[in-house]
Amino acid sequence: MADLTTDFLGIKSPNPFWLASAPPTDKEYNVRRAFEAGWGGVVWKTLGAEGPPVVNVNGPRYGAIYGADRRLLGLNNIELITDRPLEVNLEEIARVKSDYPDRAVIVSIMVPCEEAAWKAILPRVAETGADGIELNFGCPHGMSERGMGSAVGQVPEYIEMVTRWCKTHYDKPVIVKLTPNITDIRFPARAAKNGGADAVSLINTISSITSVDLDTFSPEPSIDGKGSHGGYCGPAVKPIALNMVAEIARDPETRGLPISGIGGVTTWRDAAEFMSLGCGTVQVCTAAMTYGFRIVEELNAGLSKWMDEKGYSNTADIVGRAVPNVTDWQYLNLNYVAKAKIDQDQCIKCGRCYAACEDTSHQAISMSPDRVFEVIDEECVACNLCVDVCPVEGCISMVPMKPGEVDPRTGKVVEAEYANWTTHPNNPMAKAAE
Amino acid sequence: MAQGQMAPGIVAGRLSSDELTSNFADLHPPFAPHEAAVAADRCYFCYDAPCVTACPTDIDIPLFIRQIQAGQPEAAGKTILDQNILGGMCARVCPTETLCEEACVRETAEGKPVEIGRLQRFATDIVMAKGDHPFDRAAPTGKTVAVVGAGPAGLACAHRLAMLGHDVVIHEARPKPGGLNEYGIAAYKATNNFAQAEVDWLLKIGGIAIETGSVLGETISLDGLLENYDAVFLSIGLAGVNALRVKGVDAEGVRHAVDFIAEVRQAEDLAKLPVGRNVVIIGGGMTAVDAAVKSKLLGAEHVTIAYRRGRDAMGASRYEQDLAAANGVKIMCNVQPVAIHGNGAAAEIELEYTSSENGKLTGTGETVRLPADQVLKAIGQTLEGAPEGLDLDGSKIGVSGPGRTSIKGVWAGGDCAAGGDDLTVTAVAEGRDAAMDIHATLVS
Repeated sequence: MADLTTDFLGIKSPNPFWLASAPPTDKEYNVRRAFEAGWGGVVWKTLGAEGPPVVNVNGPRYGAIYGADRRLLGLNNIELITDRPLEVNLEEIARVKSDYPDRAVIVSIMVPCEEAAWKAILPRVAETGADGIELNFGCPHGMSERGMGSAVGQVPEYIEMVTRWCKTHYDKPVIVKLTPNITDIRFPARAAKNGGADAVSLINTISSITSVDLDTFSPEPSIDGKGSHGGYCGPAVKPIALNMVAEIARDPETRGLPISGIGGVTTWRDAAEFMSLGCGTVQVCTAAMTYGFRIVEELNAGLSKWMDEKGYSNTADIVGRAVPNVTDWQYLNLNYVAKAKIDQDQCIKCGRCYAACEDTSHQAISMSPDRVFEVIDEECVACNLCVDVCPVEGCISMVPMKPGEVDPRTGKVVEAEYANWTTHPNNPMAKAAE
Repeated sequence: MAQGQMAPGIVAGRLSSDELTSNFADLHPPFAPHEAAVAADRCYFCYDAPCVTACPTDIDIPLFIRQIQAGQPEAAGKTILDQNILGGMCARVCPTETLCEEACVRETAEGKPVEIGRLQRFATDIVMAKGDHPFDRAAPTGKTVAVVGAGPAGLACAHRLAMLGHDVVIHEARPKPGGLNEYGIAAYKATNNFAQAEVDWLLKIGGIAIETGSVLGETISLDGLLENYDAVFLSIGLAGVNALRVKGVDAEGVRHAVDFIAEVRQAEDLAKLPVGRNVVIIGGGMTAVDAAVKSKLLGAEHVTIAYRRGRDAMGASRYEQDLAAANGVKIMCNVQPVAIHGNGAAAEIELEYTSSENGKLTGTGETVRLPADQVLKAIGQTLEGAPEGLDLDGSKIGVSGPGRTSIKGVWAGGDCAAGGDDLTVTAVAEGRDAAMDIHATLVS
């Protein structure tokens, strides 16, 4: 049985699955249920400064995007940070941490961009016994209009400055949560590192409007006929999150900086993918909000089974294993040649590969009068679109050509040697091979 | 108090009214909107889709299903009705298991096709419930066409002609329009008087008059029609029934299955409809299955379909055979009737086992007797009452192209015309296509 216990910045948790700072972690009641269900840790929903709490809208806070059978693929929210008094939250955090010493309890914080505000709240958080803090520089809605959340996360200098304040006034690990609403995620990550952050977590939600009501012409979620952009999350954002995580993991300036991965983690496989790209823990929100806390059982069992099958005994063994394989386009091997191959025994003759290739790609699939679909190797550029649109998993595969074979499309012999764009004759900037 | 299944003879009220109501409820209840969305999501939007090829009316099935997916079931209904004005009835009665759904690639993939029939019903029901007729008539052409027979072929032909600007008079022999939709289709497939509702909706296009009690060869003649109209479309169906020639066939309790089915369809109160305790149906087609299932639903104790050939040769699809079996009907294959025994009224049927060699059927000499107080003959219908002078093709009216008969100005379609399966959907296609040809002829 693989060991799922995780040590992230010295914070131990029985598994790498933490609940992200969000509605599921807003109250002692929820967090206790989460821990009873088996979650390894929580990032407590973001606390604000002392004083009258923020208020939320009194209408819909969420909008959704569905797949077949109303399967929730994307969720958007316009909820703000906790709207409960600071004192209440702090008391609850202390109680929960004391009752669940083996679980990770991180406190998310968002206060105005002034050192005094941070200096005021940090000792109070420290008193709770929580294991660390997460700086919410990510929320793209509401709080950002008040100069907090993503308004800070979009300015690397602010990130660095606030991180440094926190490291000055707080002893335990400081995790900086990054917003994806930025052009290049490496800059805020570098700023966090320069400010002394122990780790970054990402992604926070993406600015979004889920839909427009075509009767009222109000964006959704609609509050009295008006809508405001919210933060998008759930399975739909996973590819964006994976890329941003990978960018930070392989950036020479931030390489080795611990990452807590967030963004559409729904099954053990998503979690394993985030971890392989460098995440020491993963944070989950939408999947729990969709299905309830019990999904952690599948996450635990699935990750553990996969690790056993692959011979990994500890979560640390898988963290970052995919990072060396993330590279720039210019270094991809242009001598690698593949061709689509359709398994006629599995083909159900829907013709989607044909429509996709014929209408939108390379006219590399033929269709016979009796609906036999075959790849025309002379035209196939191995783009993979046919594989992606085929409803039968495994029916179409991309078969690499062997060195020495002639690619019927180009008439060129497939070469065994690796060669990329940097040395390609068509590249005006090509460097002659040494 | 219900008589019960075991009351001897042919009696009414074997089951309580509640039981009958439940037995004759919709075979395939309509989809709720979410069910329809889930079912529609299963469609792969195939290229040059096999389901469309399999549909006699060429409905653009992937398109209408995509319109349901996209939240426009009314537009989906229009897509269906553009090709098949009786799309509502066809959604209920088409043997989809041998047409579109058999061709569905998900049938190939997982043995579970997209439920095209039920989706079609979902869309067409919404159009009809809205009440507006979605088609307009073209400018009047001044031409008038006679349609003989208000069955599916006649109605489809009339609607298309009316839409193209012609005036149409449908001559119908029976008291109600609808043809087999009204008198033949299994009751549990077209509940709530759907056939008449559909005719009423279809007639909203305008320009179509229906004269019931108008019988070709009796009250009207082809010559007379040709004199008074610019064209004639014959859709007179198969009014005759094949005769069963066995000893005792005239006994009380022996009748044609089509008459029994029509009686069930027209019954005001199913509790008053008599049915035998032991019912034997002779035949192997859809009519046999419909009659058998109805007998069982009315409360017969034992219902047997006796078919002279093997199961694979049955006209009823496998789905229909399973429907019969699921309702407790016994299907006996390779037996043919040799005599009906009884003292005036049928009491037993004697069946002889058969064997088939090179397609030729012979009796083996071995017989078996089954109790049978009611025997329903479902051995096929024949053309009857076709006007003199029309060339026949086999036992049906010969046609070339889109329903042209050997007489100029006369078209034919539906079951009475040669070619195509005897299905509602085929009749609709033939009526529609003949209308297009009549139109082209009249305006040229």
